[in-house]
Amino acid sequence: MKDRFNLYRFASPATFYPLAGALIPYFVAVSIVFGLAGLYLGMLVAPTDFQQGEGYRIIFIHVPASWMSMFIYLIMAFWAAIGLAFNTRLSGMMAQALAPTGALMAFLSLWTGALWGKPMWGAWWVWDARLTSELILLFLYIGYMALTAAIDDARRADKAGGLLLLVGVVNIPIIYFSVKWWNTLHQGSSVNLAKSSMATTMLWGMLLMAMCFWMYSIAVAFMRVRTIMLERERNTDWVKALLAGDEK
Amino acid sequence: MIHWNSFSDFLAMGGYGFYVWGSFGVTVLIMTIEPIMVARNRKTTIARLKRQMRAETRAENRNTAE
Repeated sequence: MKDRFNLYRFASPATFYPLAGALIPYFVAVSIVFGLAGLYLGMLVAPTDFQQGEGYRIIFIHVPASWMSMFIYLIMAFWAAIGLAFNTRLSGMMAQALAPTGALMAFLSLWTGALWGKPMWGAWWVWDARLTSELILLFLYIGYMALTAAIDDARRADKAGGLLLLVGVVNIPIIYFSVKWWNTLHQGSSVNLAKSSMATTMLWGMLLMAMCFWMYSIAVAFMRVRTIMLERERNTDWVKALLAGDEK
Repeated sequence: MIHWNSFSDFLAMGGYGFYVWGSFGVTVLIMTIEPIMVARNRKTTIARLKRQMRAETRAENRNTAE
């Protein structure tokens, strides 16, 4: 039999576990490089904003955190759909590993937003469409984690959590388009494919920070999914062999 | 190319220092603590699984000896 390259092989925890372990240092390194470059451009080189002075520099974490909070949710929903449709083991573990990082990104988005809103709008918080839908996203993350933690059987927890994720996915376009659909206090998007409202250094600083957050999220999720794999697959031969060896 | 004239200018952030550094500070804090907690959880989980596995093999050995 020919040993053909097969992408589905990586859907098995036994093959994904060492792959993720080998990739983590690279994601960490790339995240640090992107982060340093983004901070250099954003905090040291980028000019003052003509409307918001230096206060606009919060954008370099606010926008990446907000993007990641939405993007991680979409990936979790994607895994939930795969898990519910094909009953794959890996999908539930992936969703589980991503949830805390997604929740932290949603929290950071709200936190930095509050610290940005206070000097610019005069309020830490307003019940506006963008802010409220992002708060609901944070609650969806927390709800998913609480629900799956409350169900002892991992496979059933995945199914219940997966349904919650799929129902909640309707919130993502609401967040994204809220600044268009409703009259909100929140400013419109700064990045636009046709015409960006930002200076080039600002834009690059923000994109580099977004890449940094992206790589960070992958690294942390991989770290977490490896622990979840050991826990859930503890009765399989490959985990027993790993634990019998000197896996740290 | 550097936008700032002095380090104190940089810290002051044109009067927005509290808001800018409040944002960056909490972000750095979270991005430091999260990986540490994940690593710590991994260590305790592995230690627990190893303990469980040893206990199971001991029980099995006892059963076969009897």
